[in-house]
Amino acid sequence: MEPLEIIAAASVLGACICMGIGSIGSALGEGNAAASALKAMSQQPDEANRIRSTMFVSLAMIETTALYSLLIAFLVLYANPFWKYFINQ
Amino acid sequence: MIKVDFSQWWDIPLTDRSIGLQNYDQIIIFSCDYFEINATIFNTWIVMALLTLVSWLATRDLNKKKENSKLQTLLEELVLWLQKETRENSGSKNQQYLGMALGLFCFILTANLLTFIPWFRPPTASLSTTMALAAIVFMAIPYFAIKNAGVKGYLKKFIDPLPIMLPMNIFSEIFSILAMGLRLFGNMLSGVMFASILSAFVPFFAPLTMQTLGLLTGSIQAYIFALLALVYTSSVRNEKETE
Repeated sequence: MEPLEIIAAASVLGACICMGIGSIGSALGEGNAAASALKAMSQQPDEANRIRSTMFVSLAMIETTALYSLLIAFLVLYANPFWKYFINQ
Repeated sequence: MIKVDFSQWWDIPLTDRSIGLQNYDQIIIFSCDYFEINATIFNTWIVMALLTLVSWLATRDLNKKKENSKLQTLLEELVLWLQKETRENSGSKNQQYLGMALGLFCFILTANLLTFIPWFRPPTASLSTTMALAAIVFMAIPYFAIKNAGVKGYLKKFIDPLPIMLPMNIFSEIFSILAMGLRLFGNMLSGVMFASILSAFVPFFAPLTMQTLGLLTGSIQAYIFALLALVYTSSVRNEKETE
């Protein structure tokens, strides 16, 4: 196979695997966080506002790991450094 | 030699657009020799002009009337809400953080909500804008820390539990800010990308739902960015005065 074909196939596969596996952890983590926040809210409805704002912040923190894998997937698909290297050769 | 080219800014991005990271900042609207203004900067100007116009309209005749206008009530409600948030998060001297947090919140919220105009590319979906916003917070952290706790108190944060933690603390300082910029960028870019990819398959109704979801994500992201900026900047403060 030509190097360009290998790079194309590998980057598409890499992006799919990166998104698939990368989002598992953050999905589980967000589910856990939301579930325990809901539990806490139902036990202490007076503190619901404070719990909600803390939950949003922690959800954003957890989501960051999935967003990193999304950025890597975009990088691999659209701004692949090896692609330019082999085209220029 | 001045060239003005609005054709790429004007075309609706959902119909037929090449999807890519690199062409997002490369839509040149004005160019004068080597000086170029791209679509991101132009859209930032639109957001700035809108914010300035609304605040000017709301505060135009404050003294003359006895009754508040609707716009003024709305803005007062926004300021009061953010004031409550700062009071919960950043101790007794919370008033000084309010300007920064409100500015960041209003800018990001307006930029994100304007995506309901089809040809408007939100400036927050470009890495340069979000990193500039994160750089503001990065500069604001030492400013507020030195103002509140002195140089000694600020430097003490880096060797907080033990002096051996110094490299870790510096890394976490830099990467928490980087993560802030990347988070906003990733969220907005994924919203834009997802809508444009979906519209290639299912033209009319499926992208609409995703755009609606994007409005929710955009407002939550604006809230989170302002809240994280508050938390980071108020992490060092004089402990005696807070208790």
